[in-house]
Amino acid sequence: MGKPASQPLRRDEANSVVAGVCAGIGRRFAIDPAVPRIGFVVIAIGTSGIGALAYLLLWAVIPAETGDGEPRRPRRRGSWRIATGVGLLALSIVLAFRQLGVWWSDALVWPLVLAAFGVALLWSLTRPAPEESPAEAATDGARRARRSREAAGRFSLAGFGVALVLGAGLLFLWANGVLDAAGDAALAALVVIVGLGLVLAPLWWRFARSLAAERAERIRSQERAELAAHLHDSVLQTLALVQRRADDPSDVAQLARRQERELRAWLAGAPPLAPGERLADALRAAAVEIEETRGTPIEVVVVGDCPLDDRLEAFVAATREALTNAAKFAADGGPIRLYAEIEDARVKAFVDDRGEGFDPDRVPPDRRGLRESIIGRIERQGGHAEVRSGPGRGTEVELTLARSE
Amino acid sequence: MSRGIPSVVIVDDHRIFRTGVRAELADLVEVLGEAESVEEAIGLIADTQPDVVLLDVHMPGGGGVEVIREVFSVRPDQRFLALSVSDAPEDVIAVVRAGARGYVTKTITGPELADAVSRVRDGDAVFSPRLAGFVLDAFADSLPADEVDPELDQLTSREREVLRYIARGYLYKEIAHRLGISAKTVEAHVSSVLRKLQLSNRHELSRWAVSRRLVD
Repeated sequence: MGKPASQPLRRDEANSVVAGVCAGIGRRFAIDPAVPRIGFVVIAIGTSGIGALAYLLLWAVIPAETGDGEPRRPRRRGSWRIATGVGLLALSIVLAFRQLGVWWSDALVWPLVLAAFGVALLWSLTRPAPEESPAEAATDGARRARRSREAAGRFSLAGFGVALVLGAGLLFLWANGVLDAAGDAALAALVVIVGLGLVLAPLWWRFARSLAAERAERIRSQERAELAAHLHDSVLQTLALVQRRADDPSDVAQLARRQERELRAWLAGAPPLAPGERLADALRAAAVEIEETRGTPIEVVVVGDCPLDDRLEAFVAATREALTNAAKFAADGGPIRLYAEIEDARVKAFVDDRGEGFDPDRVPPDRRGLRESIIGRIERQGGHAEVRSGPGRGTEVELTLARSE
Repeated sequence: MSRGIPSVVIVDDHRIFRTGVRAELADLVEVLGEAESVEEAIGLIADTQPDVVLLDVHMPGGGGVEVIREVFSVRPDQRFLALSVSDAPEDVIAVVRAGARGYVTKTITGPELADAVSRVRDGDAVFSPRLAGFVLDAFADSLPADEVDPELDQLTSREREVLRYIARGYLYKEIAHRLGISAKTVEAHVSSVLRKLQLSNRHELSRWAVSRRLVD
């Protein structure tokens, strides 16, 4: 503590026992925090609890340390210490009330203190575990060992906390004679419910948090899949074309330029939807583009129309990929046909070719085009893709997507 | 039903196109003559009496619709097949409503065109994928029940199915195989759709065509 005089009084939560009031005082006046702590306990007992009220007051008035004054010791406050602190505070408050002449009865007060202690113990366990340092994370085995040790410790603490709360409830019931007079079942039930609520709330809280984490992970992996599908449709396709046309420098340069433009636009963030953009136009544009790149005629028939949205963009992308596949593998079977039906409830696209066809059950699993860019893409939007083909009888791809709203 | 090689005249204001069609159809169809204007076409058709007239939709002086109207006044049984690069629905629908028994695009191959000519000569209808799409589109909306003449203003579900396959580019015999019916039955469905297209009072038909024109 270099220049203690220049520092305002702040609660030092990093080194706290309860709320860091004493640690802050200790730091401010450059004394061991044990001194004000012992002082507070003595005063609290001596004044029969008034000291504890003073502590609460200081807790409320003194702001917690913010900013990055000194590197803190990143550590977890022990559950025991918090529980003890809260328990002691509760005791002090109760004593203070007694001193002031407000006193209900032993039968109410002692269970209350016990319950406060147990609940504090339970709630302190629900805080997230501290971030691991990279060094710790590096060794998998050590981390797992530490995790299981921690989990076991948490479990026994939680058990103790539950026991305390339940014990408090029972003590309350016994002290009030309810256990003998079973007639007062309503009060008994109420106490049990309150006890269970206090015990289960932290569990529920943790459950909700882990659900949220899982959802975030799912969104992340979906984004990864979209990214992979995009790269496959654009960059990998262009590279394949470049290889095939390696003997024509101007063709290759043109392909590379187009791909560069496309990739730059994509990296800069997909352009916002123009209000006038329509699904039928987007499908026709996709067909024209593939016709130009591949040199395979595509006949397009679109029935109906509707404005584009994000899901329909994915629908267009999947259709485009189906057209690309057909242009790649079935170009010698005559024109490729795209037929799309846009209705109020759903959109449908058929891509038919008269190429050689293939056995859909024997497509290698690494063929991303079919599996990811077409089927996966449509299914991620809640739609359905069907591929019908057989050796010698062409291929038809049927894409169906229910419309939003 | 007449058999053998069908005879045609080609009506189109682009000479290169007429020459191209004539070359493509060389051994499959007997070309009796060519015309490049509405008046010329009317005279030629009256003189040669072909089985089928291959008719361009867009021509100076009224276009294909005008030719059909004039010829029908003297030869009501004359059969027309519309050919066009234009995909404007209003033009296509207009020429079919005027009486053409089918519509194909100019990208069609020679053998396919010859086949279409034979079919029109035999009294069947010829729908290109695009025309099938137009019809599905035009008949998509459901009308209030009291305004509907189910005979003319609605497609049956089977007709819809057939049209959908045509729009997807399937041949009649492929459609027949898929639906488990005969090719003749497929023909019958298409002819029935043609009749509805020509006679339906659906006032949307023209409105729809115009609105599509704006969108396209």
